[in-house]
Amino acid sequence: MRLRIAFSKHGKIRFTSHRDVARIWERALRRTKLPVAYSEGFTPRPKLSFGLALSTGHESEGEYLDVDLDPEQGADLDLAGLTTHLSAQLPVGMTATGVVVIDRRMPSLQQAVTSCTWQIDVRDVDESTAQAAIDAALAADELMITRERKGKEVTDDIRPLVFGLAVDQPIENGVRLIAELGTQPRAVRVTELLSALDPPLAEPLLNEPRVLRVHQWITTDDGERYDPMSVAAAASAPVGVA
Amino acid sequence: MPSGAPSTDLWPRLEPLLPQVQKPARYIGCEDGMQTPEHGPDKTSWLFTYPDTYEIGLPNAGLQILYEIINERPDAAAERSYAPWVDMEELLRREGLPLFSVDTHKPAGEFDIIAFNLSAELTYTNLVNCIDLAGVPIHSARRSDADPLIAVGGHCTYNPEPIADFVDLVVLGDGEEAIGDITDLVGEWKRNGKNAGTREGLLRELSKIEGVYVPSMYEVEYDGEFLAAVTPRYPDVPEKVEKRTVADLADWPYPKQQLVPMTEVVHDRLAVEVFRGCTRGCRFCQAGMITRPVRERPAEQVSRMISEGLQRTGYDEVSLTSLSTADFSGIEKVVADTVSDQGVGQVSVALPSLRVDAFTVGIAAELQRARRTGLTFAPEAGSWRMRQVINKLIREEDLYGAVESAYSQGWRRMKLYFLTGLPTETDDDTLGIAELGRNCVELGKKYNSSASVTVSVGGFVPKPQTPFQWFGQNTEEELRRKVELLKNDLRGTKGVQLKWHDTRASLAEGITSRGDRRLGAVIEYVWRHGGTFQEWSEHFSIDLWLEALAANGLDVEWYVYRHRTEDELLPWDHLSAGLHKDFLWQDWRDALEELGLEDCRWTPCYDCGACTGYGIEHVVASATPPAGGSQGTGVDLSAGGAVPVTLQTSKPIGVGGS
Ligand code: SF4
Repeated sequence: MRLRIAFSKHGKIRFTSHRDVARIWERALRRTKLPVAYSEGFTPRPKLSFGLALSTGHESEGEYLDVDLDPEQGADLDLAGLTTHLSAQLPVGMTATGVVVIDRRMPSLQQAVTSCTWQIDVRDVDESTAQAAIDAALAADELMITRERKGKEVTDDIRPLVFGLAVDQPIENGVRLIAELGTQPRAVRVTELLSALDPPLAEPLLNEPRVLRVHQWITTDDGERYDPMSVAAAASAPVGVA
Repeated sequence: MPSGAPSTDLWPRLEPLLPQVQKPARYIGCEDGMQTPEHGPDKTSWLFTYPDTYEIGLPNAGLQILYEIINERPDAAAERSYAPWVDMEELLRREGLPLFSVDTHKPAGEFDIIAFNLSAELTYTNLVNCIDLAGVPIHSARRSDADPLIAVGGHCTYNPEPIADFVDLVVLGDGEEAIGDITDLVGEWKRNGKNAGTREGLLRELSKIEGVYVPSMYEVEYDGEFLAAVTPRYPDVPEKVEKRTVADLADWPYPKQQLVPMTEVVHDRLAVEVFRGCTRGCRFCQAGMITRPVRERPAEQVSRMISEGLQRTGYDEVSLTSLSTADFSGIEKVVADTVSDQGVGQVSVALPSLRVDAFTVGIAAELQRARRTGLTFAPEAGSWRMRQVINKLIREEDLYGAVESAYSQGWRRMKLYFLTGLPTETDDDTLGIAELGRNCVELGKKYNSSASVTVSVGGFVPKPQTPFQWFGQNTEEELRRKVELLKNDLRGTKGVQLKWHDTRASLAEGITSRGDRRLGAVIEYVWRHGGTFQEWSEHFSIDLWLEALAANGLDVEWYVYRHRTEDELLPWDHLSAGLHKDFLWQDWRDALEELGLEDCRWTPCYDCGACTGYGIEHVVASATPPAGGSQGTGVDLSAGGAVPVTLQTSKPIGVGGS
């Protein structure tokens, strides 16, 4: 049996890395005594599969992981209340928000998710500057970034993956933006988007933005859009969604 | 805050800095087991600080134990801090922000006592840096009544003279009881308002607590280069400070809530201390000498701490900590309990210090059912002659037996630890290291064609309060020559990989290890010239240390390479780890005559002073020595009953209670 767990990450704990979060989940699952399946071999690992990595420092209302349960022990597991039990074992700032059973044949989160919605608070920028930079970017045919890959500089056009970008509202000392960015074949990072704008709305070490992942989306070939929990629910009955 | 005392929360000012630094999770706290105590004028507050990075400092058991004990007191509060990495330090200084606690992000300067754990001499410049970052004058003489007291504890404190100028008080030995006494006195002083001019009086009172040394209460005189006298400044200040010893570990089942960090640290697993002290008597080993007598935790308590600890933390690995874990007389019971404990799932158990024998490998095999990646042994020297000098009485047969048994049970990699630069060491002794490595790989090849051995060699640094405290350390050139000798000898040998410790770091460690108070200016010089994080190769600079010595008219030869004589007053002679100086001197003479000394737990007492002087005894968990208990000495183990031993059976077990 495979479970998909949704969780959020807020506050101080946002400074932990993707790997840290994996370890936090391994310990939390052992403490809830959930019969997690382990890999074979010299160093058995729990069978967990995480979705798209969240950059260290970003917060999120939509994180997911898939957990394989031991078929021998997992069959008649009582899943009601599991969301609450899991949250009790997570550190302050991380909360489990739902659990569903999913079909093991479903594509992994990494393969399935097509885009993410981000809430981005940029500082030291006024609304009109932000609006102008966004308008120019949306009107352009391409939006080039350079990034490092295996020690080499590569140039990418991220414009096709900017599905949406708008000013949401002014905030204290800055502006809140909402963006939807594609994740296939490669997830565009919020910081890449901001630095590609003209003028750049955030610069590393100077005015780091505060970023919240609001949603992850799975868009099917015929244009239907689900979130990772409801696409699972479409295939099987939800259990214990908070 | 009930008492209305201000407690500053720096988090809002730190938060914007964190996206700009490496590994920001170092600074957030949030550990499972973290406490966020309330502060107030009626509460004595401690900031327990490790003067190196969070990853290295967080697992430190000593600090975690004291953190819990203080927070259990209604009249006290404890938080923790770690040295900020250089990138964070730069931002803090730029923003005018101080060192802070990770628990409530309170400025270090708002605590009554900042207490550092010192387990390595090369962290001394970080100690000074942390004091400075806390906004406290680095010299104790310059501090005002309002400034926090700077306290230190840990193994380095058996010669705290090089840092005497920077600290207000030093705790020698076990801290569990001493911090209670200190809290009482400081609390009273605080409730009386820390009035101007009363700090000196407080320090004088503190100096009377057993195990507490207050450097400023002593006058130091020199006769040319030599130390002439260290005299108390008041008649009620003790002439000699004795270490504090907790008589029975069963009374201290700490940590009860081991901190589980949210980010990776060096020992990321449960740790249960099975005993303190060691009676093997290895002459190079300061830890073994200064922690006598042996105090074992009752086996039932160990099993319970493991079981409850694993369930609480969610860890799948536990480490049984002590100096030579397989010497724990309750080891077989603990192993059986852990392996059969259904409540904790699949668990692996680490024995950080394996004894060199087949019995130990048998235990390791039972514990590491799944992971058989590597095993580590420490024969320490390459020849039997050399091992008699250092009193590490392992015969070649013991080592080969252990190694063969490990290879035959599925392990493929061994790691062997050695020291070079030992007293009386000849090139034959040094080359014996390579020989042992080669022979071990040969044995392994019988079982696995990819068998390999890593030979790890460190330069020996003589330590205070050991029989080798009189020995002149090998010069840096000599240590380097010996490493070269091994490199050449092992060139082209398949399966043996040689690793060595930076010989220049051994030199820097030697400068601070046996220095006197004149070294304070040297440490300050290195710190002022940017020499922090000296334990990190990318920041370490021997040139800075040598420059600092020269700038202060001090000499490497004098402090490091010179043999001391019997009549010389050593800088730490007014501090005692319980060992009589004449016992140590006799042991030093015995070493030079290649005379080994048996383990005094299972054979008659030599009256070293550690038990006899304090009226305490070894406390063991089982009346029978574990198999192989006095290996290599040819001693009949049934003679064990003649030793001063208290059997640990009927004690109540207090794990999880309070
Ligand atoms: S006093 Fe005797 S029994 Fe105790 S540690 Fe010293 S030699 Fe061993």
